[in-house]
Amino acid sequence: MSEPLLSVRGLNAWYGEGHALHGVDLDVFPGETVTLLGRNGVGKTTTLRAIMGLIRKRTGTATFDGRDLMRMPLHHVARAGIGFVPEERGIFSTLSVEENLNLPPVVAPGGMTPDEIFELFPNLKARRNSQGTKLSGGEQQMLAMARMLRTGVRMLLLDEPTEGLAPVIVQRIGEVLAELKARGMTILLVEQNFRFARRIADRFYLMEHGKITAGFPVAELDERMALLHDVLGV
Amino acid sequence: MTMIFGIPVQAFLGQLLVGLINGSFYAMLSLGLAVIFGMLKIINFAHGAQYMFGAFVGFLLLQWLHIGYWPALILAPLVVGVVGMAIERTMLSRLYSLDPLYGLLFTFGLALVIEGVFSYYYGVSGQPYAAPQALAGGTNLGFMFLPNYRGWVVFSSLVICIGTWLAIEKTRLGAYLRAATENPKLVQAFGVNVPVLLTLTYGLGSALAGLAGILAAPVYQVSPLMGSDLIIVVFAVVVVGGMGSILGAIVTGYVLGLAEGLTKVFYPEASNIVIFVIMAVVLLIRPAGLFGRDA
Amino acid sequence: MAELSARPTEAKSTARLEWLLVALGIVALLAAPFFFYPIFLMKIMCFALFACAFNLLLGYTGLLSFGHAAFFGGAAYFCAHTVKVWGVTPEVGILIGTAGAAVLGLVMGFFAIRRQGIYFAMITLALAQMFFFFCVQAPFTNGEDGIQNVPRGFLFGLLDLGRPLNIYYTVLGIFLIGVFAIWRIVNSPFGMVLRSIRENESRATSLGYSVANYKLAAFVMSAALAGLAGATKAIVFQFATLTDVTWQMSGEVILMTLLGGIGTMVGPMVGAGLVVTLQNTLATSGFPVTIATGAIFMICVLLFRRGIVGEIYAKLPGIKK
Repeated sequence: MSEPLLSVRGLNAWYGEGHALHGVDLDVFPGETVTLLGRNGVGKTTTLRAIMGLIRKRTGTATFDGRDLMRMPLHHVARAGIGFVPEERGIFSTLSVEENLNLPPVVAPGGMTPDEIFELFPNLKARRNSQGTKLSGGEQQMLAMARMLRTGVRMLLLDEPTEGLAPVIVQRIGEVLAELKARGMTILLVEQNFRFARRIADRFYLMEHGKITAGFPVAELDERMALLHDVLGV
Repeated sequence: MTMIFGIPVQAFLGQLLVGLINGSFYAMLSLGLAVIFGMLKIINFAHGAQYMFGAFVGFLLLQWLHIGYWPALILAPLVVGVVGMAIERTMLSRLYSLDPLYGLLFTFGLALVIEGVFSYYYGVSGQPYAAPQALAGGTNLGFMFLPNYRGWVVFSSLVICIGTWLAIEKTRLGAYLRAATENPKLVQAFGVNVPVLLTLTYGLGSALAGLAGILAAPVYQVSPLMGSDLIIVVFAVVVVGGMGSILGAIVTGYVLGLAEGLTKVFYPEASNIVIFVIMAVVLLIRPAGLFGRDA
Repeated sequence: MAELSARPTEAKSTARLEWLLVALGIVALLAAPFFFYPIFLMKIMCFALFACAFNLLLGYTGLLSFGHAAFFGGAAYFCAHTVKVWGVTPEVGILIGTAGAAVLGLVMGFFAIRRQGIYFAMITLALAQMFFFFCVQAPFTNGEDGIQNVPRGFLFGLLDLGRPLNIYYTVLGIFLIGVFAIWRIVNSPFGMVLRSIRENESRATSLGYSVANYKLAAFVMSAALAGLAGATKAIVFQFATLTDVTWQMSGEVILMTLLGGIGTMVGPMVGAGLVVTLQNTLATSGFPVTIATGAIFMICVLLFRRGIVGEIYAKLPGIKK
């Protein structure tokens, strides 16, 4: 088994006074798609943000590609090769679709060219000069993912990409993620919708109250249904 | 002699020109304030002092180093901008996490210090600064006589304002600025060094003020107090225009300058308060400002 | 500005200690004119009252006004004019000054309340500047010369304020009345609502308070008390000039409050005392006052936001303000 690309041990994080993460351990291997499952409020988003460095009140270790993430200033994390797609998508209203797409700087070779991206997302090409926030929710999610593809990042942190979107869009997102996976992208995905996640994930982690409580490969998903129903209440 | 509204056309247009000149400075300064406020969320009270500083750099360059107007047009904003960046790096950046009123108070103190230093050495009266030879004299336009330097001021202020607007709206760096204004943390998460961007923004805003200062030197004379009364009027301009829009700040500056000029023609006693009166009226009917996006 | 003041907590023993300190303070003020120049002390008291009035708005309601000089100086003009030209007795002049400042506060506050935060501050600055220009041109203010030789007069027609001890104790009385009024306002239910507005305006609105009305009321009270200070000053110094209505004066009262401690009762008084003393010392040394003022502003904002009294309170547990 190769070395994990991302390795997190004992990650604790605080939102102001609130202790949100109580020692998270996880690994993501190169080329894998790993999904973090859990109910609302257990700390899934906090985990992503703490790894990224958007939350600075944190302890523990997190290494990416052998580099210590905990000591890195925020603007170096992308340059190390991690891309972040936030839950709220973060499309800028003062920028056009094309400007949004071109905003994140290229941090490594190997990213897609704007033309390749427009081929993958023809609807974005059609709306390239519109104001970013004039797009529908699904299109904004596509844009949020698409703009990371130009940058050459090796790993994507995706926070609830399918939230609030219609099934046909969710389908499309699944196709995009599968395409990315085929191109070698490593993905850490936060999702509540495990039926969506099972189509692309290699492994799952279950999260409760700021800790990882279970981890298993996708092959074991059916056996673990009872546990999932318990923990996720679905 | 042709009359318009009961006064000679020449006089009318002359006052309008004065209004346009004042408006040029209002526009440039409120542009600088809006740029700084947009990114840093701080009202730069020192903007007027930086304007004065720019004028003085020009004056001192001439006095001490015999460097004339044209090089000063580059050097003055450069000096003011660099000093601004140093202040942002060492002191202003510590205030970002606080209530924006602290930024106002800090830059107020900074303004007092800058003005105090220059008042100490130069008193409060103005020093003359001559317009460059190439722009001396005037041109007869037929309907009025246009002093060349005044025309130059209006022309360059338009170039500066439109140029800044273009740079912000149409360039990649401008896209970084606009995005960082909206969501600085996310832009940083993309790998952009936002703290450096903030420093550069304050530097740019300060430089704009300094540039306005050197442009103003031949028109208004160089005095340590030239910025302080001006900045209060610029605040009123910014309340009228709202600070959400760069273009709004520019347009409001020119329009209010013209309004002031017009008032001078018909009701001179009120000319120095008309902008405040307009501000009061705007507050009644459209509190967010004419172009305001912020509440 | 929710982080401006420490949260008040009560402890019986410290409350008693506070009353003791207040009593000592009053005794000290009663005895002071025999040790210090009465004019100097009266100047401090006028500015201390001005700063306390300003603090009612900033420290307790969370509104930064950059135009309070309009009330201070405006009241000085009204009082000076009525005493000198109309010949009213000093207490009537002071009342007129205070009332005038209140009206001015009502008008200015009405416009300024339309915006919040930073815009509020800029609007107060602009409106005060408008008032300044008005004062420059209005005939009754005498423009650059100001109103000079204002007679001290006889308080209630009986007490000759020309005599130092008489005017001193009168000013002390006014000062104590003003500070007491502020203390009562701050500790009343009305004051509690103000504090809740400072902490979290939207929550106060959702609780059903018409926040705009409270803010305006606080603004008018603050303006009136600032006017009380200004009108008294006009009697003490016997003149009213443009200096009192400049933005620099507005800045000075902010500095006094910031330096002493925003959101504390005693802080502005300490700040006023320090700033007046500093100005007096610098006036003779030749070092420019504006540079000192500006530097103190910058240092306070960067390092010293709680102010002197605020820092002291933070070090001591259980202090009620």
